[in-house]
Amino acid sequence: MGALLEIDNLQTHFFTSGGTVKAVDGVSYDVNAGETVAVVGESGSGKSVTALSILRLIPKPPGEIVGGEIRFQGKNLAFCSEDEIREIRGRDISMIFQEPMTSLNPVLSIGMQLTEPMLAHMNMSEADAKERAVKLLEMVGINEPRRRIDQYPHHLSGGMRQRVMIAMSLACEPKLIIADEPTTALDVTIQAQILELMKNLTRDMGVAMIIITHNLGVVARYADRVNVMYAGRIVESGSATDIYHRPRHPYTLALLKSVPRMDRPRQAKLDPVEGQPPDLTRLDGGCSFRPRCKFAVEECAKSYPALEDVGGSHFSACFRSKENLAEIEL
Amino acid sequence: MGKYIFKRVLLMIPTLIGAAILVFLLLRMAPGDICAVRYLGSGLAIDESQIELCREQLGLNKPQIVQFFDFIWGYVVFDLGDSMWTGQPVTHEIAIRFELSLQIAIMATLVATIIAIPLGIISAVRQNTITDYVVRGFAIAGIAIPSFWLGLMIILGLLIVTQSWLGEPWMPPIEFKSIWEDPIHNMAQLIWPAVATGYRYSAVATRMTRSAMLEVLREDYVRTARAKGMVEKIVINRHALKNALLPVVTILALEFAFLMGGLVVTEQVFNLNGLGNLMVDGVERQDFAMTQNLVMLVVIIYVFINLLTDLAYAWLDPRIRYS
Repeated sequence: MGALLEIDNLQTHFFTSGGTVKAVDGVSYDVNAGETVAVVGESGSGKSVTALSILRLIPKPPGEIVGGEIRFQGKNLAFCSEDEIREIRGRDISMIFQEPMTSLNPVLSIGMQLTEPMLAHMNMSEADAKERAVKLLEMVGINEPRRRIDQYPHHLSGGMRQRVMIAMSLACEPKLIIADEPTTALDVTIQAQILELMKNLTRDMGVAMIIITHNLGVVARYADRVNVMYAGRIVESGSATDIYHRPRHPYTLALLKSVPRMDRPRQAKLDPVEGQPPDLTRLDGGCSFRPRCKFAVEECAKSYPALEDVGGSHFSACFRSKENLAEIEL
Repeated sequence: MGKYIFKRVLLMIPTLIGAAILVFLLLRMAPGDICAVRYLGSGLAIDESQIELCREQLGLNKPQIVQFFDFIWGYVVFDLGDSMWTGQPVTHEIAIRFELSLQIAIMATLVATIIAIPLGIISAVRQNTITDYVVRGFAIAGIAIPSFWLGLMIILGLLIVTQSWLGEPWMPPIEFKSIWEDPIHNMAQLIWPAVATGYRYSAVATRMTRSAMLEVLREDYVRTARAKGMVEKIVINRHALKNALLPVVTILALEFAFLMGGLVVTEQVFNLNGLGNLMVDGVERQDFAMTQNLVMLVVIIYVFINLLTDLAYAWLDPRIRYS
């Protein structure tokens, strides 16, 4: 049996007046049943677009999936019919968004928004759906769920709303949840609570999760596997331990160095990733990280390095992956 | 809620007093009065004393401040006085025309709503397609075409079409009969002015619906609804439309209030005896009693419609609650 979700050479482009933006340019990764996969990268690296592409939520125009496959249980989601993808949305694959403040409809009650997917996908009666909604709210740690169900989003705080979003994503017992920066908009203390909650619930229910984030701390703690994205491509992929302790791509290395750490002396200077992400309308044939890379060699300008196995299902797309880059710099 | 409504109704009083002062002063700033219009306009040689007598009978020779308090006192004792021209009670003159005007206003608003909301939605959902262009063209035309001209065209069209189909021309009935009395006759008469004015008012509301929908369709919660696997119809009608309706409701309500007193030319075209006509006659004849009470009626309608609109907001948007 293959993986639950197989993304194969996905290409999502945006056709704008300024040119074609290759937001996702040949991304491949798998998600196994019950597994948590993290996708890490800067803003504009294409991590959210990849996620939205899975459920075909890219606004068209200007965006369009132009190539590749997204196989979910034998079905290619990238090019199936509108009705087929709608059946998958919310039932088999659900999504949690970045902005809990704006992701819930302000004029519909919490109960209505929670029961909607159940009524649409599970042939439930309204009374049953409401009962389940109460249970779901309880499960995500919302007090007085019976009262909350008649309330509206503006009665709830950001953290509470994200809990409601999580409850909503779990409503139809999906096989996969895509969480697009679920904690970015929340206070730090709430972030940890929400992540713990998501981890526990997905583990208990055996749900696979794709967690999209730019927070490496989140990755280390919650992900089984990590894909690092840069300029629309995956540049490194491996287990969380691999990525943390044996990074092989200069970008991953740079990202790790830019994070303040408790175990280093406070005076140590942070090392930000210098320069700007490239303009995605003007990519040349070479490695797109080249202008910001400390390890760039002549070869990098000629062609884009392929993802290569550097040992134990740890992949890196760099011509110098075989060298121990961390050592070189020291 | 009840307390809120009560407070709002109380707050209407200063608004109404302000409006009363304004209309009272404006009417009396114009030169001449009804007695001059009545006698001097006749072209006969009139004795000055006759005009004075007329003024005395109508109370126009009293000090203005006294006249003003008479006017206000009328509202306290529910006696608005008689029309200075016909001698009939003002309430009677208004009552026989009120039903017609109210019915046209309601029907025109219905026509406008029925046209505007679906067209606005379609136009937004199919933004920048041929459908959108056609709808926008239709809306622009509605703004550009005066409703009295459209009314004339409708009557002309009716004549031509019925002539060629039925062999003899058919005209909408001219005499007003209440909808309770003879609904078919009533509709045959009033549907045309309602369409003529409703189309015009739909134009603004269509554009408003379109732009509000375009904005709402880009909202995160619409994406959430799609991500939940909702069918497009529910996404549009339940998730987007309810959010987009607020400005549209405002526009439609204000238009309704305007239609109650402002349909002067359309009433002429369709030969309707409504409040618009009464107002024009009152102004022309300097019938102060008639005009100032009519203006007050329109003001009261405006104020009430505003209150109803605010209450509708609370129903549409739970974030707005009155307590």
